Amino acid sequence: MSFVDVTLQLLQGFEVTLKLFALTLVFALPLGLVIAFGSMSRWRPLRYLIRTFVWVIRGVPLMLQLFLVFYVPGMVFDAHIFAPTSEGRFTAAVVAFVINYACYFSEIYRGGIEGIPRGQYEAGQVLGMTKREIFFKVVLMQVVKRIIPPMSNEVITLVKDTALARVISVIEIIKVAEQLMSKAIIWPLFYAGLFYLVFVGALTLLFGFIERKLDYYRG
Amino acid sequence: MAFLQVEEIEKRFGRTEVLKGVDFTLEKGEVLAIIGSSGSGKTTLLRCLNFLETPDRGRIVLNGDVLFDASERKKASESDIRRKRLHFGLVFQQFNLFPQYSVRKNITLAVELLNKKLPAQERKSREDIAALGSELLKRVGLGEKMDSYPCELSGGQQQRVAIARALALGPDVLCFDEPTSALDPELTGEVLRVIRELKSSDRTMIVVTHEMEFARGVADKVIFMADGVIEEQGTPQEVFGSPRSEKAKAFLANILK
Repeated sequence: MSFVDVTLQLLQGFEVTLKLFALTLVFALPLGLVIAFGSMSRWRPLRYLIRTFVWVIRGVPLMLQLFLVFYVPGMVFDAHIFAPTSEGRFTAAVVAFVINYACYFSEIYRGGIEGIPRGQYEAGQVLGMTKREIFFKVVLMQVVKRIIPPMSNEVITLVKDTALARVISVIEIIKVAEQLMSKAIIWPLFYAGLFYLVFVGALTLLFGFIERKLDYYRG
Repeated sequence: MAFLQVEEIEKRFGRTEVLKGVDFTLEKGEVLAIIGSSGSGKTTLLRCLNFLETPDRGRIVLNGDVLFDASERKKASESDIRRKRLHFGLVFQQFNLFPQYSVRKNITLAVELLNKKLPAQERKSREDIAALGSELLKRVGLGEKMDSYPCELSGGQQQRVAIARALALGPDVLCFDEPTSALDPELTGEVLRVIRELKSSDRTMIVVTHEMEFARGVADKVIFMADGVIEEQGTPQEVFGSPRSEKAKAFLANILK
């Protein structure tokens, strides 16, 4: 099998990897904010419920969660929510990743929001701003600046975590490389690593750019 | 009837009684200095006036309008409180400027947001608001810092911006919570000078301060607080010259020696 053939096959797998990565971010970033608000709720039952949920999701291996999302609905309801097709497997993976990453993001948001000094809220209050205005006009930009470094860490971890989707037979890049391995060629597996490396390099540059953009002020 | 009437304000946090019935009145254009050792309830009193704390008892009446009455059973709505607190402005000890905005935006942000809520024909133009920002900034002596960010300013300059920001909404009563306590000694002068210059016939001010010279020189009225009550009040001459209460005597002897 030629180098070009392998490259083309890996690229197909990497397309799936990137889709899973992008969809996870699109849904988990806003969902994480909602979970963060829940975990800071003044209403105790909701706060405890959300914190317990976050504990479970962060406390159990993502691999198990993938199995759980894909297989358990079918076992309980006797019907497949996620069809055993490539689309169904991919959707199940997106759902599992979104839930898992939203919980991690929620803790990053919570740290960012709780780190904003109370004086910022009070300054907004005495200037007659509504709660909404205080959050969106005063607090949010400061939270964004604070959470960029931990977010960049988590997002980079996500790039590589997508490889776990292969346990429910999502044909992402590592799965493609494993299939090639079964034909007794091992180098594509290491070659696949290069794809991740280049992509993470680009993300690192992007996050560096955002950090510099927000560097015009301190605090 | 006095311009501002504060009646029987009580506030407790859990089991700690912080304010145990505070009464005073203030005329329009007067400057009131509140002094006393830390923990005496001065800051809590200011926070009650600005609706950052809700008193457990008492009334606050401004210009004949009851702004707060603890005996009212119905809790005031958010928007009600927002409207009422605009009668008061507050300058914080820690400035609390918005770090991500330029000095100009810090001053005009709240004006812009309120402006948006007005009916179209009453709205001010963008230029008018910008002009208001420049004018206020010149007034506190920082005309050239318009486009700087708070982190680029000294503490004294930041506090002057915070004063301009509080003035932008034209409050009836401007409150200062130890405006110079977070500053290096050589920077307190410029802030006190600005506050002194703000004194005018239609601007009522309440200043919680540890600067006794300032209180003596600028205030029309001085209140000495201890343990959540007003121990002594009167003109600066009365309070500083011939205090009657033992606590006031001890405090002044200690601080003025």
